[in-house]
Amino acid sequence: MTIDAALPGEKTMFARAMDGRGLPLATVILVLLVLWYAGAVALNAPVLLDKYKRQNTDWTVTQLVDDSWSMDRPLLPAPHQIVVELKKSIFDRKITSKRSLVYHSWVTISSTLLGFLFGTVLGVVLAVGIVHVRALDRSLLPWVIASQTIPILAIAPMVIVVLGAVGLTGLVPKALISMYLCFFPVTIGMVKGLRSPDPMQMDLMRTYSASSWQVFWKLRWPSSVPFLFASLKVAVAISLVGAIVAELPTGASAGLGARLLVGSYYGQTIQIWAALVVASALAGTLVALMSMIEKIALRRMGVAA
Amino acid sequence: MRISNGVFVLATVIAQFLPLSQDGGLNWVGLPQAFALQLVALAACLWIGWRSRPGVAAAAVALVAVVLAAIAPATALYGAGLAGKAGWGFWIYMLGLGFFAWVAISLLSDLEPRDALARRAVGILVPAVFGLWLLYLWEMVVIGFGIPRVLLPAPSQIAVTLAGATDILAADFYQTFVKSVLSGYVLGCGSGFLVALLVDKVPFLQRGLLPLGNFVSALPIVGVAPIMVMWFGFDWQSKAAVVVIMTFFPMLVNTIAGLNAYGAIERDLMRSYAATYGQTLFYLRLPNALPFIFNALKINSTLALIGAIVAEFFGTPIVGMGFRISTEVGRMNVDMVWSTIAVAAVAGSVFYGLIAMLERAMTGWHASFRQAG
Repeated sequence: MTIDAALPGEKTMFARAMDGRGLPLATVILVLLVLWYAGAVALNAPVLLDKYKRQNTDWTVTQLVDDSWSMDRPLLPAPHQIVVELKKSIFDRKITSKRSLVYHSWVTISSTLLGFLFGTVLGVVLAVGIVHVRALDRSLLPWVIASQTIPILAIAPMVIVVLGAVGLTGLVPKALISMYLCFFPVTIGMVKGLRSPDPMQMDLMRTYSASSWQVFWKLRWPSSVPFLFASLKVAVAISLVGAIVAELPTGASAGLGARLLVGSYYGQTIQIWAALVVASALAGTLVALMSMIEKIALRRMGVAA
Repeated sequence: MRISNGVFVLATVIAQFLPLSQDGGLNWVGLPQAFALQLVALAACLWIGWRSRPGVAAAAVALVAVVLAAIAPATALYGAGLAGKAGWGFWIYMLGLGFFAWVAISLLSDLEPRDALARRAVGILVPAVFGLWLLYLWEMVVIGFGIPRVLLPAPSQIAVTLAGATDILAADFYQTFVKSVLSGYVLGCGSGFLVALLVDKVPFLQRGLLPLGNFVSALPIVGVAPIMVMWFGFDWQSKAAVVVIMTFFPMLVNTIAGLNAYGAIERDLMRSYAATYGQTLFYLRLPNALPFIFNALKINSTLALIGAIVAEFFGTPIVGMGFRISTEVGRMNVDMVWSTIAVAAVAGSVFYGLIAMLERAMTGWHASFRQAG
């Protein structure tokens, strides 16, 4: 970062740890945890104080803190309560049970992945069309961009009701919403990627008198792969968001979104937080998985990654 | 190109011999106005395909001819009572019309005017024609097949509902957009920016927060909506809180990235001027960060609207766009849902457009705009 930090060989262990990512990250997370526990006390205390007053019991600070970290329906559950709930709903129940988070995660994951697949295919097809057909480039691309300024998640209930009326229920309607969200980054990334070969390379293909088919498979497609993966990482994350939101408004009985909604109806805060943690873990895993596939693919293509 | 022209001619000719309505009997010839329009369009199509050279004249003729050709099915549907029972003659013609519209769009998009203003006009005209064509197709398909309103209303029906319910929609817009979105957006972007400035002073924090921020921006943050509703109540405050959380991290990450986007030479120059931290910040680093900040502002403009609407699914007073959508879906009042969606779409696009204009005004010097000229 700074000039003084660039001198090698003089660093102590401490300085090296300060420069890395691990220690700062751990510190930030630790601070956040402490803040979380403090926040749990601050938010839950008024309710408890009210309760003590009504029951006319005396209270001490330790008791207040203890109680605010172990309420049944706290405004903000303490992290360890969420961990307990996670353990209960992931490991202690059969995975086919309606109360198991594994079951709900599976429902959400399957529509996420299906939507991701649809979206990727649609995105790539659109990009190929846009790159090769000039009229599509000028007429369609502006609408692709405009389509994302529309709060598409708002249409989610609409789409699901309409498709349900035509007889399409279950996975596909949810997947379609994920698809709508994730085709966009793929299209934009692929248009950029398919256009990334520089004029010299295109001219070379021309001197070989390559057909546009050959130009596509031997030049455009390989050079777009890094762009494709960058887009896929974004797409898979928002595909998950799409799947979760698609489960919200329609009274879906399964999935992480339904879990959130049910939790909010019955004031089960711990359940909401547990679902959120699982959703975040899923998002992290999916993105990490994409980066892994990216690394493997790029290495096999001979790109130093 | 010629193939598309040929398809239109062929389809129009074939359509003459097929019944226009499902119960038979009616032909295109039986509708003199529509038939005349078709003849004109056919003549234009033949001229474009075999006599003209691509250019302004051909594009203009094609555009006018497509509009005339498109009026013919409309007169058949609305004037001749074909709604809901259009037959093969109708749909074959529509298919051909699609090819003809494609010819017009191709011709338009091949125009390369020298004048900058004319070029910009073409740049707007092409997607506009394409969008209108899609709307027209939607209308024709819905009316022609008689698709029930509950499934998919026609654009004209949506427009009627929209015009009839302006006061409700305006109240929803005020509740959701002005109260929740704007306040949340300003707070979220503002605090993200300020925290980024603070974090920038402490590289240690920066290295800790940046990976965290990147991770958080991949998370399904809308999920906090039920919690925010629980904390801040049903009214707009909870929606604004969701918007704050959704917009905070993109702003933080982008601003931090932007503040480090200056070149070493510029930094050394500032150093040789003995510039203070504040001077370096204001004259070098913030201007360089502007493209990044605007990027975050644009991303956030869509996120904010989504966040507010989704948060309303979890409980709201009886006003607001999200509330309107979820209740009217329940009542199968689909026209109203689509009207709300239309309002949301326009609001989102205008919001985005305003920020893009501001960006152009403030960062016009940046390389990403210079070449576009």
